Parts: sequence; C-alpha cells; structure tokens
Amino acid sequence: MVQKLDYLPQTPSQTAGPYVHIGLLPAVAGIENAPYAPVGQTIFDETAKGERITVTGSVIDGGGMTLRDVLIETWQADSEGRYPGQPGADPGVHGFGRCAVEPEAGLFRFDTIRPGPVALTGGRGAPPHITFWIVARGINTGLHTRMYFPEDDLSGDPLLARIEHRERIATLVAEKTDGGYRFDIRLQGPGETVFFDI
Amino acid sequence: MSGSLIERPAGLHPPAFDPGYKTSVLRSPQRALISFPSTPSEETGPTFGHLPIGPHDNDLLINHARPGHTAIGERIIVHGRLLDECGQPIPNALIEVWQANAGGRYRHKKDGYLAALDPDFGGCGRMLTDAEGRYVFRTVKPGAYPWPNGVNDWRPAHIHFSIFGLAFGQRLISQMYFEGDPLIARCPIAQTIPDKAALDRLVAALDMSQTKPMDSIAYKFDIVLRGRRQTYFENRPEGM
Repeated sequence: MVQKLDYLPQTPSQTAGPYVHIGLLPAVAGIENAPYAPVGQTIFDETAKGERITVTGSVIDGGGMTLRDVLIETWQADSEGRYPGQPGADPGVHGFGRCAVEPEAGLFRFDTIRPGPVALTGGRGAPPHITFWIVARGINTGLHTRMYFPEDDLSGDPLLARIEHRERIATLVAEKTDGGYRFDIRLQGPGETVFFDI
Repeated sequence: MSGSLIERPAGLHPPAFDPGYKTSVLRSPQRALISFPSTPSEETGPTFGHLPIGPHDNDLLINHARPGHTAIGERIIVHGRLLDECGQPIPNALIEVWQANAGGRYRHKKDGYLAALDPDFGGCGRMLTDAEGRYVFRTVKPGAYPWPNGVNDWRPAHIHFSIFGLAFGQRLISQMYFEGDPLIARCPIAQTIPDKAALDRLVAALDMSQTKPMDSIAYKFDIVLRGRRQTYFENRPEGM
C-alpha cells in the first residue's frame, strides 16, 4: 500500500468553436450592444516606453486556406523585458492583447510596443518575443507559439535550442514590413509553425 | 507559488487531430509540440482584479434583455470553484462564458440555425472568482443544436468557458455539459477527449442544495487548472 497522491486532475480542454467571439469579442459576432467591453483591446497606453510597432498576419490551415474564425491572444513584456506585475515593470504596458481577423483579407492586426529581452534563471536571457495563443473551431487545445524579431540574435535562446530541425526556427521570426511586422502562422504541413507544449 | 508550471498530462487533453471532428483534420499540427520548462513568459499572466465588473455581467437572464424582460428558457444557476492541481483556490480570476439560447441558437452572424433568436438573450457573461476561487452566474439552460459534421450530429447542451489563471501558461478554454444528457456520448467534439474520466469532469452535476426553490435550478461545475511546482530547493544559478 502507498499513500494516495491528492492532486486534483486538470479540467480538459475543448475547442473554442465557431462562436467564440460571442464571449470574447462580441462585436465580431455582430453583437453591438454587448453588456461590457472585451478585455485585451489596448496592450499599452500613451505613457508606455518603447518603440511602437504594428503586427499583422494570417493563420493558415493545412489546405492553404486562411482562417476567418480564429481568435488570437498575445502576452508580452515591456520594453525592458519585464512582465506586468514584476518589480519595476512599466505601468503603461498591460501586456495582454486579444484580436480576431478581419473577414475580407483574413488578417489580424494589433498595435503594441516592441518588448525587451526577458531575463531567465542562471543569468541567461530570451531574445524579445511575443507569446501567441491561438484558438478556433477545429483546434481542440489552444496552440502556444512565439513571435521573435528579425533584427535580433536568436542564438542564445535556450528554448529555441530545443528545436532539433533548425530550419523550423524561421517559422517563429516575423518579417519586417513597411508598416511594422508580418507574422503568419501555419497550422499544418509545409512551413508548419513551431508550437510549444508549455 | 512561484515555481515552474507542472506539465500537461498526455492523454488528458484532446489530441489536435481527431478525424471524428472533421474541422480538426486540417487545423492540427503534424509535428510534435516542442516541450521546455516554463519561463517568465508562461509563469506570468494578465490579472483582472481591477476590471470594472458590472452588476449584471454574470446575469445572462437580464444582461441583454429589454427593461422588465428576462430571457426565455429554463432558469439555471451555475456555480463552482476554480482551483489548481495542488488544490489551491485561484482568486480574482476572469471567467468568461458564452452559449446558445434555450432553443439552441447563438447570437452570432454566422449561426443560421432555424431556431429563433430570443430578443432578450445575448449569450455572454463574465465574472471574477472570489478569494476562495468561487464563481457564480445565472442564465438559461442552452438547447441542443445540429451542426454540419456528420449528416446528423447534434451538440449536447453546453456552456463555453474561457478561464485565466495567474499564469498565461494556465490559459484554458473548455465546455461545460449537463448531467444526464444522452447527446454527450454521441458528440464528436466531446468525444475528442480520450479519457472517459476526463470527459466526466466536464459534466456539471445537478445541485439541489444551491437550487433556488420556485426560481432557478442549480448546477455545480468545478474547474482545475494546471499547477506550479513548489520551490522548496532553489537551484543556485551557478549550478545550472
């Protein structure tokens, strides 16, 4: 006999489904008089330090089709690499964003500030990145990935060091464009984005 | 707690690819997910204790209704606790819910089901957990509805839940089902969960003790997010 471990079993995930916007972004569902405004609509305010950037992109399925019903959440550090709630964090950076794609071109778009490198244990650091969490109809468990920046040296990132197929790291690096950065996410097949089990 | 996140157990959450749920076929990554110990990017997360939660945000019976009206349907109270795997309550956590109306119709521009919209029902609500991780909201029991997957697939009555823990790596979206619904066993989405016991944990129990007599029937639905390791023995940086 042995003592029973008394941990509670996790609640399993289920797909967010096609109507996720009703709960999380009601205006996108066509609900104009929602009882409250959704969270995550401003990632920073005017007092925030750092470079203002715009990120756009698409989410593409294994058949090459752009998802129109996807919902994306982002989480990031301030320009010094500190997350909201951490000591010294920039009070003008909320860090959390939530967006849908506009139905014509299927592009998501959000304005934010360029995050700084994030300190890790042991004196190491992670290059600047924005965490993405992707949910939609047909996605059974929300997908985690990261967007890195093309200007940065990514060689020291211990997380990226775990990716054995080195050419796949390129799927995590945004492209610099005239208006900011472009970051496309491929759910499946050639050029499939690296997703993380975190 | 401040340690790293405990891993998600294999076989508990639904796999990305499940041919019974056809939309997952082209939306499922084929490559293995890359695992790594959590970092501050996953161990921190947005907090919502400051949110101006309105008095009716958690009352779907009236939060989209005309003055003096309430939504049509079976009046229910849903309540429960938000905990982590270690049994710790998660306070001040944002829970958002959405659902179909009593006829099985969503207030969404993409839902064309022939059941009628209810002018007094929007179908969304939100709340913060209290210091003990408790939450409660009031709504109507949603109806079952057909969906294009197989020729004759019907979703069991369900309420969608979006849950924030204290860390972004705890983020979860799931669905709550109702005790005794024969459609759960026939639903390709519910059945994406491989473990019967895990699916059972998405089924809310009828809770007569919290039912309001002559008013609303109650269901209890507890939610458990992944936990974090205790930091009994911190590794010294030079040892890593």
